[in-house]
Amino acid sequence: MNGMITYGYLIPLLPLIGFLVNGLGRNFLSKKMIGWIGSGVMVMAFLMSLLVFNQVSAVGFKTEVLFLFDFIKTAGLDFPFALQFDQLSALFLLVITGIGSLIHIYSTSYMHEEESPHFARYFAYLNLFLFFMLILVLGSSYVTMFIGWEGVGLSSYLLIGFWFGNSNYNNAAKKAFVMNRIGDLGFLLAIFWMLAQFGTITYAGVFSKASTVPVSVITGITLLMFVGAMGKSAQIPLYTWLPDAMAGPTPVSALIHAATMVTAGIYMIARSNVMYSLAPISQNVVAIVGISTALLAATIALKQNDIKKVLAYSTVSQLGLMFLALGVGAYTAGVFHVMTHAFFKALLFLGAGSVIHAMHHEQDIYKMGGLKKKLPVTHFTFLIGCLAIAGIPPFAGFFSKDEILTAALGKNIVYYILGVVTSLMTAFYMFRMYFLTFHGNFRGTEDQYNHVHESPAAMTWPLIILALLSVLGGWIGIPAVFIEDAHLLSDFFSPLYTLSHSASQLHLSHSTELLLMGVLLLLIVIAIFTASRMFAKADITEEHSSSFGKMLANKWYIDELYEMIIVQPVNYISSFFARIIDVKIIDGMVNGVGKLIHFSARQMRLIQSGQVGSYVLIMVVSIILFFIFQMFWKI
Amino acid sequence: MPINYYIFLSVCLFCIGIIGVLTRRNAIVIFMCIELMLNAVNLLLVAFSRMHHAAAQSLDAASMAGAEAQIFVFFIMVVAAAEVTVGLAIIVMLYRNIHSVDINFLNRLKH
Repeated sequence: MNGMITYGYLIPLLPLIGFLVNGLGRNFLSKKMIGWIGSGVMVMAFLMSLLVFNQVSAVGFKTEVLFLFDFIKTAGLDFPFALQFDQLSALFLLVITGIGSLIHIYSTSYMHEEESPHFARYFAYLNLFLFFMLILVLGSSYVTMFIGWEGVGLSSYLLIGFWFGNSNYNNAAKKAFVMNRIGDLGFLLAIFWMLAQFGTITYAGVFSKASTVPVSVITGITLLMFVGAMGKSAQIPLYTWLPDAMAGPTPVSALIHAATMVTAGIYMIARSNVMYSLAPISQNVVAIVGISTALLAATIALKQNDIKKVLAYSTVSQLGLMFLALGVGAYTAGVFHVMTHAFFKALLFLGAGSVIHAMHHEQDIYKMGGLKKKLPVTHFTFLIGCLAIAGIPPFAGFFSKDEILTAALGKNIVYYILGVVTSLMTAFYMFRMYFLTFHGNFRGTEDQYNHVHESPAAMTWPLIILALLSVLGGWIGIPAVFIEDAHLLSDFFSPLYTLSHSASQLHLSHSTELLLMGVLLLLIVIAIFTASRMFAKADITEEHSSSFGKMLANKWYIDELYEMIIVQPVNYISSFFARIIDVKIIDGMVNGVGKLIHFSARQMRLIQSGQVGSYVLIMVVSIILFFIFQMFWKI
Repeated sequence: MPINYYIFLSVCLFCIGIIGVLTRRNAIVIFMCIELMLNAVNLLLVAFSRMHHAAAQSLDAASMAGAEAQIFVFFIMVVAAAEVTVGLAIIVMLYRNIHSVDINFLNRLKH
């Protein structure tokens, strides 16, 4: 233990301090001060993460575990609270603190309309979120991860319902929380099972014993963990909370619901790669759920008109692709896509936030249009984000998506084809949104148009930095087809996979790979071109939807389906329990005891007449009965 | 004399006492009936004591077994005398307050 890692506990501690200071001082700190504290702790944490990353990336680095204190210690159980620094957590650290810092800075401007106590509350929640997120990725055991896991769920709930005056927003927050809880139960059961099976929940302990237990047990544990990932990372069937979570402030959507929290599921599976590699059934489930989510969410995104909803479904879809990568055993590709996706999706969300800010909280892209001239910086950075997510080289998304698709092709051609279809749809809906927002004529009111203005520097600089990252971020994973041995990320990550039995990767010849890339690129360009023909027209009215389009616009009626098959039966059962079981049986029993005593007491008090004679008579009769009893019923 | 006679006499006295307590309303008569019951029991105690003592003496002429109950009866009489004093005092007070010794008036003590 040496160098920066000795002080590694400061990285999660700093946001916690920010949370406490801003949370407790919300009534007397000035807004400027709050912004400085909130962003300052994050920038400091980011700088420390850079130093940690520097140390981790040194040649010959061995995983270091920084023991802090005993969380639970009894005879049979030992849950240390320790932080683990290795390649995976170091990369996540950089992404979380880096994007977290940018979003804090962005928020100081985006949230400036809030009153000072609410402004402080916002920054306190944001810092709290980052504290838990850092605990999640730094923990050295599944229990520590679970603490962070629950904490980010809580912070997400608090931030989605930040504007608690609106009951729709509160409902969205509750929905997110409840759906996450369903997943968390799976994760919790997985932890219990691991504890029963291995007697330990530290990563090192579990992974070293993983190959000694039957495959069926590993399959069960990994599937339960994946249930947790489904909830947190919004996969079928628990994905519907994420689009609703857009009720929160836009920077929150960028940070929590695009860049960091929703990738916790991917982190968990990448972290547990040893176990997943032992359980091919779980891997297949992950891949199938991932690709179906990617496809389903992409179709829904085609028809959404709310700028944030498009991005939300796009996030769900991209998360699906990441799970596909994990499912086919390409853990590096999955984490690579987490990173590039964090860059360009945070960029897109912040760009959307800038547009919403300029339009005074208008989110319907059919009421926008022609914003290119009014918002030059936002437009340019947004375009870069769209190009990156569409997968145009040399932007970041191209490299990670290509790696996922290649890995999918190695496993099963169906995955590949569906992945390609998803990519095409992604390119189409992103550019549909881009053209509707920035091209054509303005479709809002005159008054709105005059008020449109470019956002202040605190909002544009994070956009520019993220745009740069979206361009350059993919270059750490250049496939061998372009430059041999230039995939820095896979070299960096190779120590993580020493224990897992790496799946046999398909080795395509370079010419085949180039051909596939070229065809995909051509198709994507065609998709973008189609989008531009359809939506870049000067005047455009809302599409006249066919019945199928209507179905997509209504999100395949999944929410209604859940309402019908889950919410309503639960309501019926609860009202049955409330009206019959609770009122009639339980209350009846409790009240019945009271009534019985009341009734019998009313009868009994007649005996207490106050007549001494009657008392004596009763006494004598009782004694005689007692004697008779004694004589004839001898025991 | 066989023990049966004593038992029969005691039971008769006791039943007379009970019936008196149950049927009469005059507090003094009830009181006398209670004393009657008490003395029925005393009589029985002495009778049994004699029986046991005689049985013990037939085995061992020096034995005093069973005789102690006769001493016991004296104690009961003393305590009963004390009790009678208290009881009669209560009845006197009762008469001073309500000018009657009819126990049915006593149900006014209930609330």
